[in-house]
Amino acid sequence: MAEPFIVKTSDEKLDLQAEPMLINIGPSHPATHATLQLHAKLDGETILDLEPEFGYLHRGFEKESEAATWTQVIPYTDRLNYVSPLMNNVGYAMAVEKLCGIEITERCKYVRVIISELSRIIDHMVCIGANMVDLGALTNFWYFWKPREEVYYLIEDLCGQRLTTSYTRIGGAMADLPEGWTDRLLSVCRGVIPECIADVNALLTKNRIFIERTMGVGPIAPKDAIALGFTGPCLRAAGVPLDLRKDEPYLVYDRFDFDIPVGEAGDTCDRYMVRMEEMRQSLRIIEQAVAQLPGGPINIDDPRFILPHKAQVYENIEALMNHFKFIMEGIKVPAGEVYSATEAANGELGFYIVSRGGGGPYKIKVRPPCFPLFQGIPHLVKGQMIADLIAVLGSVNIIAGELDR
Amino acid sequence: MSVVLEKLSGKFGADIVSTHSNFGDDTALVRRERILEILTFLRDDPELRFDFAMDLTGVDYLGEEPRFEVVYHLYSLEKKHRVRIKVRLHEGDPVIDTAVSVWPGINWYEREAWDMYGIVFRDHPNLKRILMYEGFEGHALRKDYPKAKRQPTIGPEE
Repeated sequence: MAEPFIVKTSDEKLDLQAEPMLINIGPSHPATHATLQLHAKLDGETILDLEPEFGYLHRGFEKESEAATWTQVIPYTDRLNYVSPLMNNVGYAMAVEKLCGIEITERCKYVRVIISELSRIIDHMVCIGANMVDLGALTNFWYFWKPREEVYYLIEDLCGQRLTTSYTRIGGAMADLPEGWTDRLLSVCRGVIPECIADVNALLTKNRIFIERTMGVGPIAPKDAIALGFTGPCLRAAGVPLDLRKDEPYLVYDRFDFDIPVGEAGDTCDRYMVRMEEMRQSLRIIEQAVAQLPGGPINIDDPRFILPHKAQVYENIEALMNHFKFIMEGIKVPAGEVYSATEAANGELGFYIVSRGGGGPYKIKVRPPCFPLFQGIPHLVKGQMIADLIAVLGSVNIIAGELDR
Repeated sequence: MSVVLEKLSGKFGADIVSTHSNFGDDTALVRRERILEILTFLRDDPELRFDFAMDLTGVDYLGEEPRFEVVYHLYSLEKKHRVRIKVRLHEGDPVIDTAVSVWPGINWYEREAWDMYGIVFRDHPNLKRILMYEGFEGHALRKDYPKAKRQPTIGPEE
């Protein structure tokens, strides 16, 4: 293993006795995955300083939301972390439900757990796969694309869309699980995903090239990770076992038996290992959730929040009026403010919502897990090599959609 | 009243303007003059230990006085509790002390609040726009900034 490179940071003591070189990486660069930009100050190949820039994908989510109804915001949330959109749907719906005081049905809670864990698996697959492509290991990418595709078939059956899911509604979901969906889910979770995880594990985990490229690369101490506001796999890789599924159990996570993997050094290798294990744990949760999945309705029985049935809208005037007001004015959410956090694939996804009692939000602030992670990138790579920057950037899994909103 | 709010009110008294725990979220509206002391106390007190600054944002209550609000969301890893600290700022003087010395991770959140609401964080090490570009005029999330307003996109200079 290569020793971490120690740099003398004062400019007159450069190793090469030369001027530091400024290099601009991104915003359109194959290794940045998204529209990120990094201004790197280099001494040879060693990073002296790094300044991240972003905002190229800023679409004004928060501004647009202020002009939308509560339900119209749901499609915008798909476009936050577009690698695991179902989790954003769940996080947003839970925040509004907290404000309305809605207790969703048991079945809906289980369905939300299942779709969240499925999303976590594909999110981690994209992260690991893409990270390894940057390091020259293309095969893993394809090995992970197959199960991801299978999961996308499931998601397509669930809500008609692969990427822009918009599945949840305030008080439930757009539809119940389709016929036979849980059987197909189980066959994917038992037959396809574990095999692919095992394949990638066999290719990478004891691979000397992989270990030398990742171990000791981009480490962070627990104290620094906390001070910088890291959450999710990047924090757990540093050895801090913070996971809202355990620490503030929401939905029905307290009813499942699963473990929270933690790393030691907080380096790229640990982030990879934590994600690999989290996928296995997510499979465990899905198995248990499907076994416990109760029957009954998916939506709450409350006409203030749930659209009337379509057949009724065509036949009866009250339902038609209700439907019209529901769509045109939006559901009525009491005035107040809430902060609701869920454990998304990259860490704590928080929604701070201010309502003044109208049909739409007065303000929505998303706390995207990537935001503090991207802020911490210079801390992770200072003094290391420029090639390691690419390895670290991939392992931290910055998703520009939620970073820029 | 929850332990957090009780400790806070006990220590800072009149500087805590109001508190509530609506929807289960402990919230304290505080005066901006002692914000740094309050945040440092929240971080360091052995019974509170708010070591995570999870979020910071501004809110624009156009038409109210004071107009702006800065909202901190804190979390404690050890105690597993949360608190929301709010500070009201007048439109003519939207200035508050930076909390970067308390939590380095709050740096970018403060930049975003400056970018989106024009709230100035005194002594911030690098207070510049973060999502918008430097030439952008106005602050996009203020309620009097029209949603449909367009500004010229910028490219490399000729």
